[in-house]
Amino acid sequence: MNLILFTFIVLLGFTSYYFGRKKAYTIQYTKKRLTALPQFYGYYLAIWCAIPAFIIFSLWAIFEPTIVKLLILSDYSNQGYLDNELNLIYEKTKSLSRGQFTGEITPFIEASAKKYINLRSIAQSSKVVIVLSAIIASGAYAYKRISSNSRTREPVEKFLKAVLFTASLAAILTTVGIIFSLIFQTIDFFKVIPLFDFVFGTHWYPAKAFVRDSSEALDPSMYSDTFGAVPIFAGTFFIAFIAMCVAIPIGLMSGIYLAEYASVKVRQYAKPLIEILAGIPTVVYGFFAALTVGPFLKEIGNSMGLDVSAESALAAGGVMGIMIIPFISSLSDDVITSVPQSLRDGSYAMGATKSETIKKVIFPAALPGIVGSILLGVSRAIGETMIVVMASGLAANLTLNPLESTSTITAQIVVILIGDQAFGDPKTQAAFALGMSLFLVTLCLNIVALRVVKKYREKYE
Amino acid sequence: MNKKKEQLLNKRYKAEKRFRLYGQSAIFMALLFLIIFIFKIFSTGYSAFQKTWLIVPVTFDAELMMLEQNPSKEDLKDADYYDIALKSMADLDPNANENQENELKRMVSYFFEREIKRELLNDPSLIGKTKDVYLTASDDLDQVFKGNYPRDLPEDQRRVTDYQLKIFDQLVELGKVESKFNLSFFTYPDSREAELAGIASSFMGSIFSILVCLMIAFPVAVLAAIYLEEFAPKNRFTDFIEVNINNLAAVPSIVFGLLGLGILLAVFQLPRSTPLVGGITLSLMTLPTIIIACRASLKAVPPSIREAALAMGASKMQTTMHHTVPLSMPGTLSGTIIGLAQALGETAPLILIGMVAFVNTIPGSPLDPAASLPVQIYIWAESAERGFVEKVSACIMVLLGFLIIMNLFAQIIRHKFEKKWS
Repeated sequence: MNLILFTFIVLLGFTSYYFGRKKAYTIQYTKKRLTALPQFYGYYLAIWCAIPAFIIFSLWAIFEPTIVKLLILSDYSNQGYLDNELNLIYEKTKSLSRGQFTGEITPFIEASAKKYINLRSIAQSSKVVIVLSAIIASGAYAYKRISSNSRTREPVEKFLKAVLFTASLAAILTTVGIIFSLIFQTIDFFKVIPLFDFVFGTHWYPAKAFVRDSSEALDPSMYSDTFGAVPIFAGTFFIAFIAMCVAIPIGLMSGIYLAEYASVKVRQYAKPLIEILAGIPTVVYGFFAALTVGPFLKEIGNSMGLDVSAESALAAGGVMGIMIIPFISSLSDDVITSVPQSLRDGSYAMGATKSETIKKVIFPAALPGIVGSILLGVSRAIGETMIVVMASGLAANLTLNPLESTSTITAQIVVILIGDQAFGDPKTQAAFALGMSLFLVTLCLNIVALRVVKKYREKYE
Repeated sequence: MNKKKEQLLNKRYKAEKRFRLYGQSAIFMALLFLIIFIFKIFSTGYSAFQKTWLIVPVTFDAELMMLEQNPSKEDLKDADYYDIALKSMADLDPNANENQENELKRMVSYFFEREIKRELLNDPSLIGKTKDVYLTASDDLDQVFKGNYPRDLPEDQRRVTDYQLKIFDQLVELGKVESKFNLSFFTYPDSREAELAGIASSFMGSIFSILVCLMIAFPVAVLAAIYLEEFAPKNRFTDFIEVNINNLAAVPSIVFGLLGLGILLAVFQLPRSTPLVGGITLSLMTLPTIIIACRASLKAVPPSIREAALAMGASKMQTTMHHTVPLSMPGTLSGTIIGLAQALGETAPLILIGMVAFVNTIPGSPLDPAASLPVQIYIWAESAERGFVEKVSACIMVLLGFLIIMNLFAQIIRHKFEKKWS
């Protein structure tokens, strides 16, 4: 039914476009001057016919289920049912009305199923009536406007501009969505676990929170010493640090080489090849780290008499570093090429060699941009998930030994949320709290980095 | 005095050479990683495109299949194939005891019954006759045949028994083991058994997610970019939108997974584990990428085009829609393809919205539960069985193949259709 109505609205929009345009031609035929090109008459009529109907249609689709549910469940109010039970009753009603119910049918449920079918049919028919009358009313209004040859281009363009503006709000909506999805769970989490325990506690053992019987009331004392995030934060920064130890020297040096030394030909081939590293999906890096690098490091360590875990922080961090090389190299390449040639010429004129020029003149001049690119790299390293999930340990382990396994914020979020989640459980909420801290940290890094890079660009452009 | 100068100069030249060498070795290292990486994936993965078959004589005994005289097609479909399948495996070694018969049965996949059935349905005249049938070998024997399995381990540490190996070696000598192109890797859905696992379900899941992502992200992003580049007034609000877009481009992907979980699943009650939710989540991620690409290519259209259109009496909207936007399309499209390629390789957000569920059917619409290719890589990589290692690598090869094709396509669009202004 919905599909038919929707198709009808769309088809109506198209036909009314041709209808409106034709009307414009008839007006032209009577030797009157048109106020706009004929297609604008078509657009005008189409917008007026389809858009109000479409808005009513979508609002209806959004609110109908909620209202029907409220009406059905109003029969059961004041009878002391819990929310869960009410939901169950509603689900039973729905499946009974579709004839798919297989359990015991009580007279109550049967009555509400009848009411449900009744309500649905009323809703369906009134929806069709209202949508159709909206089409007729707005269509007639628009038709009258174009018949009297009033302006059509301006309203159409205004409408288009409004559509463009709404689309540009998508970015803000996404950010708002992220904050909303994180904040409520996080607040609930901190109602149970004090913020202080989360930020300064040193034991992370969320599996313990899962042993709880769901009928029991929440008892905060149960969770003391369970959600201390220090090992997680430490592990995150530690692995990111290892990654940057790999990525900064290699990325920066290759960026400098590509920008200052490489011939056109080398640059033409080497740059895209290095950038392939950035296009490889992270799950592939994770597999590589877990299957090849981890066991390889373990073997080397064992031959030197060291005890290396197969899931060491070194393996995960090292592979993550490889992944970040292209970010740093191409960003610093850009930054260095945008340093004005006059600085180089001045330095050469003083007799400096190329490397001296780079080290003493270009590098300091490009430093803000390079710092920005490194910060962006750090933000990527902190937010990277799959490599850590697959190649580093999943147990939180407060250590600074790169040969042991540690865990990160992202890995913990995945561990907690993989499989079925129960919202309202402190364990699930903990994942959202971790997500919130991840979002805030990367947000700060990104804003600082983007600002630094932007300032730098403005300086030389 | 002069000598000192020369020494200093030499030192400086040496430092110059050293610095250059650092640069070269950095590039060399980065490329070396790439080569090791690709070599490793290919060397472990290429064997997954071959599949080992055992050729087993099967006697289609009407009595064992509970078939009456002149059975119809329906009867053939309902017949009992398990007994003849079991018998044909047991017949490989006439002296086998009950335990060994069990081991013989486990030399082939549990699809062996279906494979025999398919044979008979193709040719109903086989009843009462004996025919050599190709049966999928178990994943362990498959690995043995490909030489990936350490045969010298003690028997209790491997999943293939000595007895199975003995019979298998006899079959190999008789030429009854064959390796053929593994078509089922592309046509079968996921399975717990490595020899039967294929990428069809996750492949379709990826396709559906990417389509949903394209259908949402592309129009919204292009409209937003047009507004910001052509119409937006220079004010605080516009700046705020821009900061938002730039920041979203750098938000970790897992945060988008939390958004999908907390809003799309919990608030809007969309169905879990489906490409629909996956596609919406991915579209939010790709949005900034496409917006940035589209704005860059709108910016690259020279102002003279706009001015010419305006001078001819076109309105601002007409100028934009008829001239600027079409000219910017090559850049926008290649940016979109690159954004979609990123989305195709994304794993973490899809895991959070439940696309890791074990799905052994091929999804027919974006509303059916599915995995996606990168998630399939993750699922298989976490499985302990040896047979999955090559499958993971093969799946990675398929995924990388797609990414390479998409990127090439983006390059071609950019070079072929983009106008060079200057």
